Amino acid sequence: MSDMKPRSDSTPASPERRRFVGAATATAAGLAIAPGVMLYEVAHGRAEDQAASSAVRWGMLVDATKCATGCNDCVSACSTENGWTPVAESKHPKQAPQWIRKLELQDPLTQMETNLPMMCQHCAEPPCVDVCPTGASFKRADGIVLVNRHTCIGCRYCMMACPYKARSLVHEPLNDTQKPDVPRGIGCVEACTFCVQKVDRGDGNTACAEACTAAGHNALVFGDMNDPESEISKRLRELPTKQVRADLNLNLGVRYHGI
Amino acid sequence: MAGKMKRLLALGAVVLTTAALAWAGSEAQPRTGGAPKPVIAKAVKGEQCVEDNDYMRRNHMKVLNHHRDETVLEGIRTKKYSLKECINCHASEKTGSVAAAKDDFCVSCHSYAAVKIDCFDCHSTKPQGPMAMHPLNAETAHYKHKLAAQATSKVSAEEMAGVAQ
Amino acid sequence: MASITFREVEGSSPKYWMLFGFLGLFVLFGALAWNYMHHHGHVVTGMDNQIVWGLPHVFAVFLIVAASGALNVASIASVFNKPMYKPLAPLSAVLSLALLLGGLLVLVLDLGRSDRLIVAMTNFNFKSMFTWNVFLYSGFFVLVGIYLWTMLDRSVKSYSKAAGTAAFIWRLTLTTGTGSLFGFLVARELYGTAMLAPMFIIMSFAYGLAIYLMVLAAAYAWTGRALGDAVMMRLKTLLVVFVAAVLYFVVVQHMTSLYFTKFHAVEAFILRDGGGLTTLFWVGQIVIGCVVPLVILLSSLGRQRTWIMIACALVILGGVAQMYVTIIGAQAYPLDMFPGLTEKSSFFDGEIHAYAPSMPELFLGLGGVAVALLATTFAVKVLRLLPASLDDATVAKLEH
Repeated sequence: MSDMKPRSDSTPASPERRRFVGAATATAAGLAIAPGVMLYEVAHGRAEDQAASSAVRWGMLVDATKCATGCNDCVSACSTENGWTPVAESKHPKQAPQWIRKLELQDPLTQMETNLPMMCQHCAEPPCVDVCPTGASFKRADGIVLVNRHTCIGCRYCMMACPYKARSLVHEPLNDTQKPDVPRGIGCVEACTFCVQKVDRGDGNTACAEACTAAGHNALVFGDMNDPESEISKRLRELPTKQVRADLNLNLGVRYHGI
Repeated sequence: MAGKMKRLLALGAVVLTTAALAWAGSEAQPRTGGAPKPVIAKAVKGEQCVEDNDYMRRNHMKVLNHHRDETVLEGIRTKKYSLKECINCHASEKTGSVAAAKDDFCVSCHSYAAVKIDCFDCHSTKPQGPMAMHPLNAETAHYKHKLAAQATSKVSAEEMAGVAQ
Repeated sequence: MASITFREVEGSSPKYWMLFGFLGLFVLFGALAWNYMHHHGHVVTGMDNQIVWGLPHVFAVFLIVAASGALNVASIASVFNKPMYKPLAPLSAVLSLALLLGGLLVLVLDLGRSDRLIVAMTNFNFKSMFTWNVFLYSGFFVLVGIYLWTMLDRSVKSYSKAAGTAAFIWRLTLTTGTGSLFGFLVARELYGTAMLAPMFIIMSFAYGLAIYLMVLAAAYAWTGRALGDAVMMRLKTLLVVFVAAVLYFVVVQHMTSLYFTKFHAVEAFILRDGGGLTTLFWVGQIVIGCVVPLVILLSSLGRQRTWIMIACALVILGGVAQMYVTIIGAQAYPLDMFPGLTEKSSFFDGEIHAYAPSMPELFLGLGGVAVALLATTFAVKVLRLLPASLDDATVAKLEH
């Protein structure tokens, strides 16, 4: 999908460029397929030149009753998709970023155990966005809370403000190990992005939810909470769910069942 | 006491300046040649950049910054002016990157112009997909014959001076 | 009113240059520490994704709080019309500027992207307390700068009271802003209270005055100028009030938290089970920072110059301990996302987070202190900040 249309040759051509014209013409047929492929892809989402819209609110349902003890598939999938080193492989585990983690809960009295993935809750009223001095921490129109690494100065105030410990600072140089679709870098704060690169591509799902489904647990459902016909909306209508630290009234994008 | 101190400081300054000059003069580069000229390798893919070369040499940062804000803040991911697309076309054949070696596309000019690139602290310098696929992946295999014909071209001093303006 | 002669410190003695060099050395160490942290990233510090603000922030916030407090002596002179404090005012203003400079340097040099400071100056989010502080700090430099000018230049002397009042109001706002950096955090049990703003103000009074007293006494002792007991005793009494007020606020804060069941665990952590942090709270903050200084200053020991200095030093040490407990303590205690349940994860949820400051952090912090003192040392040499004499007779004349 990376080909661009050959331009008309209006500028004075360099010798090299002239040599190309023939080759370009020869490949024009191949290139012409590209737009068609693209149209097929965007049919699942919005067009790539269209801004994210507030008509959509991306959200996730976590069914803790289906989340398997000891299963770490969502975490591995996130790490693979987004290119962060799994904590087990990190030389500095306490300083290693973790976009998503499995949380094991236990009631000390009843011994009841619950386990669930914890990540950025994509609040409608995110405290991290409130406190960010430069506005680098922001909420996109479609409800995804992101860090603009171009303006993040690494002050970590958002990490102080987040009630979910969702954010990490990149403590060391990444030495070009980043994924082309997922820029991340030293000195900047980062967190779960709801796989924004996949969302924008029109996948309509996140890596963690895909992995959970692939493992047969179906504990994670991702989708548009504003669309009454989406699977997540239907499930949320039926299942009793809770927001973590609902007392803060942050209107979370991640809802938990079975906690 | 103060006088002594001042004299000592002055002496120190003179010694340091001399040393610095001596060091600067001892560079292996012949003075007449100036700094090494940037090597601008022809893009591996594509035949013409999204704008004229002249325009891009002067204004790539403007269009990139504009596109960057649209992409990050609004999720607009058009290909034109996208850094990822720059990399897809301009990653070097040797290193597979735009900024891994000193002759790679971005680094070559930037070190000549002494402008720090901040992009690659966060952005990957390599095209998407497994490296084995690049540059001669399925989409570009038909360029194979032309890749051999490509020679890396040195940019003339005049051209570079034009960019600097 | 008798006039007072201000005179620069000659600043040519070996002792002056030794002090200058000594402080300069620490500034250099601070710069090297920054360079090291900046080059390798925060991985070389003791800070991590649990303790995100560490020792540099302890130093930075302490210095910033002390900065506004150091202006107090000047404020008493111009805002509250106490002529005895007039000759003490210029040093007070300069010291406050110097301390703020040192504190801010530490704060910005600890940023993950300290090379992007310009971004912080050009992109603002006005809902952020940090953004407010950027303006409060800049405004403080401007207002105190103008105030200092009105004190040093006879031609604009008539504006001194107005400038002093503006600076006084601004410094109260500034410390409110510093306290609210923590007060406006909803996530952590020990923050998220309006109490922190007034508490930081009263802390600033105590720390700023303690630093001021030490700098004043040192300047007069090392230059051989006369500093009478009248000045020392007056300022000492003021310090007693401030330190007692700090203690009062700390007691009220913890008593309130202890009454609320939901805060019992975190209070138990700070007051009883926190190991090093608990020791730092009781021994550092309470005993060294408040109780011992109060005993010294209120007993007959408080009439001796040396003991007053010891008390000041203890107040400063206690202040650093208080900042450490406030900043590190609140982060060391894990976030309680699921009240009533135990939490466990690979991300250290539900665990007490240990923190061991690294050398670069320590030297970055000390570098800030050194910058503040170096700036003050330089300022007293080039500006007429210090009265030629502050003996009792000179000071007594001011009162009439």
